[in-house]
Amino acid sequence: MNTLFDKIWDSHVVSLIEDGPTQLYIDRLYCHEVTSPQAFDGLRARGIKCFRPEKIYCMPDHNTPTHDQDKTIEDPVSRKQVDTLAANAAEFGLTHYGMMNHSNGIIHVVGPEKGLSLPGMTIVCGDSHTSTHGAMGAVAFGIGTSEVEMVMASQCILQQKPKSMRISVEGELAKGVTAKDVALYLMMKLTTSGATGYFIEYAGSTIRSLSMEGRLTLCNLSIEMGARGGFIAPDETTFEYIKGREYAPKGEEWDKAVEYWKTLKSGDDAVFDKELTFDAADIQPMITYGTNPGMGMAITDSIPADAAQKSLDYMGFTHGQNLLGHKVDYVFLGACTNGRIEDFRAFASIAAGKKKAEGVTAWLVPGSWKVLDEIKAEGLDKVLEAAGFAIRQPGCSACLAMNDDKIPAGKYSVSTSNRNFEGRQGPGSRTLLASPLTAAAAAVTGVITDPRELI
Amino acid sequence: MKQKFDIIQSTCVPLPLENVDTDQIIPARFLKATTRDEKFFGDNLFRDWRYDKEDNPKKDFVFNTPAFSAAPSEGVHQILVAGKNFGSGSSREHAAWAIAGYGFRVVISSFFADIHKNNELNNFVLPVAVSEAFLAELFASIAADSDCQVKVDVPNQTVTNLATGSSEHFEINGYKKYCLMNALDDIDYLLEQKSKIEAYENK
Repeated sequence: MNTLFDKIWDSHVVSLIEDGPTQLYIDRLYCHEVTSPQAFDGLRARGIKCFRPEKIYCMPDHNTPTHDQDKTIEDPVSRKQVDTLAANAAEFGLTHYGMMNHSNGIIHVVGPEKGLSLPGMTIVCGDSHTSTHGAMGAVAFGIGTSEVEMVMASQCILQQKPKSMRISVEGELAKGVTAKDVALYLMMKLTTSGATGYFIEYAGSTIRSLSMEGRLTLCNLSIEMGARGGFIAPDETTFEYIKGREYAPKGEEWDKAVEYWKTLKSGDDAVFDKELTFDAADIQPMITYGTNPGMGMAITDSIPADAAQKSLDYMGFTHGQNLLGHKVDYVFLGACTNGRIEDFRAFASIAAGKKKAEGVTAWLVPGSWKVLDEIKAEGLDKVLEAAGFAIRQPGCSACLAMNDDKIPAGKYSVSTSNRNFEGRQGPGSRTLLASPLTAAAAAVTGVITDPRELI
Repeated sequence: MKQKFDIIQSTCVPLPLENVDTDQIIPARFLKATTRDEKFFGDNLFRDWRYDKEDNPKKDFVFNTPAFSAAPSEGVHQILVAGKNFGSGSSREHAAWAIAGYGFRVVISSFFADIHKNNELNNFVLPVAVSEAFLAELFASIAADSDCQVKVDVPNQTVTNLATGSSEHFEINGYKKYCLMNALDDIDYLLEQKSKIEAYENK
């Protein structure tokens, strides 16, 4: 009761269906090319238009190649899906940022950076990592394609109200410990189903001290604990980030908006269905060893005795094994989890003055064209190039390998993405999730390395 | 697609694994389709567990074992029984299309991931959440007799293991139950709510 989640949710209720779900109004629908074509088909079959086309933003990201985007996509099936989104957006009168458009990028990177995702909003997309936008102080969650069609048709969705959970993290993070490590630590503690049925509010001094990039990383990974979403009450850090962005309110509207946003916090008397508290001092750089994101450990630890055998067989690991010094074949920096400017700064801070290890293939993929611009403006591209790293063009890339960026079967990939499921980065690929610092440490040494040794 | 639900009595296909994620149910490379072709998705259900790199069936995967290889039909293999936390990970509705396309009408597990559960319901596949004890007993019953049947009674919200007689109540809200029993979807409902939506917008 009286949680921020209640406030935002309740202010978007259009109606309550007796013995059923809530009819919830949606402020923003994002569409990418993979989960939208069948929804547009559904509208055509019913002979209807989008109810509020001005609230819908479309962009391809999953299939986009990370090189030569000015040329046609080679894979005809990927090309057709990307072209279909453009055609559907035109037919239904929706804003569309196509490939090579400077506003294009991963939808969960672009939304916040354009000021399209704002505090107090309800935001959905046919993508589980929509929880990312919760960092702006919004209620944001992933939905299926039938639900995308619902929102297109009515700007509403039928949903059961989730329960509320507050996760507080208190204290200062140690050197070399990032928002990604906090998230991997929470997943280890909660498992991949520990927050199922809940919406998480992240709170506490550790969370408050995170930058917007760090908050976006943490909220992004809420779904990997099973939660519908996760968010952080907006504060000065949030307002500072939003101010001046393309779709942010301007002038008097800005002042009014900030005044309202400042009211967006849980009451002192707020009651959550579940409360968990963690100590930042317990969190170290993390790495995963298994085939779900909850199968993680501190990078210096050994694989626990109760780890699922099927997962370890797939990964080629054994119980009790310590992974430090284990050979790495690929390193992936990017995704909606860690494809922002701060992630590139972190990676470059370790790579600077060193050389990429022989035998490591590294893919550095910015989350958007804007991130790529920032990388260049700060000269990080030069630092990384001198260390033997090339920067690619933006997109989801090797996070789920729908384009050509696939990790070959049996190869080990230290990845800043969000999922280490079997085959996630390509059939037979073996993924170890970690922070940009840990990814960089692996990239310059060729083996799994504690990043604190290189800072 | 839209099929009316009443009572389903069928043999089952067991998948006694926990945390089955939607990347396993349908791998990402099959998400490039631009149509909702259920046969295509059904043919690729659990693709990388079901087939090797050369597209030969993997003998040890349950769909390829003699007792469970028959495609679902009335009363046969219409129920998938899976370990806890079924459908975690990606929101891809293609996973639900694949399950429906293969011919399953019910999935029984002790715990479902939220988004996938909604996706199943929106595709007229019924997720039935049972207790750990019921699930364990059901896996044992199927192991003892692959022809063991389960009865899912939607009007009365009960699920019964006919081999042992064990029965449990399962949760489904009244609205969704009405939709399933009458083959109505949420969009049919929402399209009738335009005036309420406009009133909300003008508040």
